[in-house]
Amino acid sequence: MAEQKEEEYVHKIYNEIASHFSETRYKPWPIVTDFLEHRPMGSVGIDVGCGNGKYLGINPNIFIIGSDHSSGLIECAHDIDNAYNVLVADGMKLPHRENTFDFAISIAVVHHWSTRERRVQAINHILSKIKSGGEALIYCWALEQRSSRRGYQEGMEQDVLVPWVLHETKKEKHSSSDKPKKLKLASAPDLTNIPLKERAAFIANWRKEEEQKRLALIKEEAKEKEETAKKNTKYRYYHLYKEGELEEDCVSAGGKVKGSGYEKDNWYVVVQKQ
Amino acid sequence: MKFLTTNFLKCSVGACDNSNDNFPLRYEGSKCQIVQDETVEFNPQFLLNILDRVDWNAIVTVARELGNQSLPVTKPQFTHQNGDANTASNLTEDELAVLQDLHVLLLQTSIAEGQMSCRNCNHIYHIKNGIPNLLLPPHLA
Ligand SMILES: C[S@@+](CC[C@H](N)C(=O)[O-])C[C@H]1O[C@@H](n2cnc3c(N)ncnc32)[C@H](O)[C@@H]1O
Ligand SMILES: [Zn+2]
Ligand SMILES: [Zn+2]
Repeated sequence: MAEQKEEEYVHKIYNEIASHFSETRYKPWPIVTDFLEHRPMGSVGIDVGCGNGKYLGINPNIFIIGSDHSSGLIECAHDIDNAYNVLVADGMKLPHRENTFDFAISIAVVHHWSTRERRVQAINHILSKIKSGGEALIYCWALEQRSSRRGYQEGMEQDVLVPWVLHETKKEKHSSSDKPKKLKLASAPDLTNIPLKERAAFIANWRKEEEQKRLALIKEEAKEKEETAKKNTKYRYYHLYKEGELEEDCVSAGGKVKGSGYEKDNWYVVVQKQ
Repeated sequence: MKFLTTNFLKCSVGACDNSNDNFPLRYEGSKCQIVQDETVEFNPQFLLNILDRVDWNAIVTVARELGNQSLPVTKPQFTHQNGDANTASNLTEDELAVLQDLHVLLLQTSIAEGQMSCRNCNHIYHIKNGIPNLLLPPHLA
């Protein structure tokens, strides 16, 4: 059930929007950058749900392995820099041994598991891969983001489907603008065979018909546009975290909260493995 | 996929966690296309710290499978005579040469195409365009 929902509203969607999504993800967030820059030389870590790998090159003095469920996004990461260490894997079934890594990050990923039990399980799974005393930095989208363009805020539903509008591909753009207009509107009617006294009425009628054709055309174009928009809108499932909830989930997962805060419409926690 | 990554990959199948054969995965040399990237810079201190964190037996096993028989069975130690372990600044020339070789193997060598399998369940994972895929098919997930 939960897994099917994640398959349909998360995994499938990220593959469909991968290249467009990747174009929008290039700016590293400051607190994540700071966390990575403070890892000692030669630390070994993982980035769970690394997307296009925007955090994999921040600190050249650590060895970081990025994994993501979306092969589309992992290919984007590999194309951006083929020195990135990336692999395709499920964040709940990470192909690493336990107690292995010095640190982990998982940025804007845990909110994609669709039940609280699974989110706690996912955090627990990440913690299981790091050594005792090691730290994980976890970000989840916040419910409290009044000033953002989405306008989510306290009191709203926390389990939401968030639209992603794909920009039209070049092919689609061409087909809609190059398509010959279905009818060319004439500028004046042909009156050669119309008796003089009927001409006024004929012209009035012609005007009415032309106007109707024009309206029909506009309507059709609007409908086409709407259909394209619908086809290009993909919905991703998110659980929007409310203040304090991520800390609770990290504690339920067996971790110790070392720090927490809010950045870029997300709540974050630095959680230590006991 | 860099050689070093093989030291951090096990079988994704949950049931294999109960076996000691889910790590390292088995690499078939004849089915793997190996490439070298000489642009990866040598940083002795970085590598010394990495070596502290690797499973040496797994490195030796995978290297053999990929056709490199030259590694010693025990992890090389880089303790300088003054007892200062793991500081790159006082390595002997011989030690630096050993480290340089390991740099070439662990960080400059990668598998571009190929496959790896679990020694326990024999499930095969593919490596395409340098990217290993460890997702499981539905019947194993
Ligand atoms: C909002 S993006 C964040 C990507 C990246 N961490 C960043 O900060 O740019 C969410 C990512 O989580 C990945 N993801 C979702 N569910 C996952 C799962 N079960 N296992 C691994 N990755 C998952 C998606 O494929 C996507 O790349
Ligand atoms: Zn197995
Ligand atoms: Zn490549």
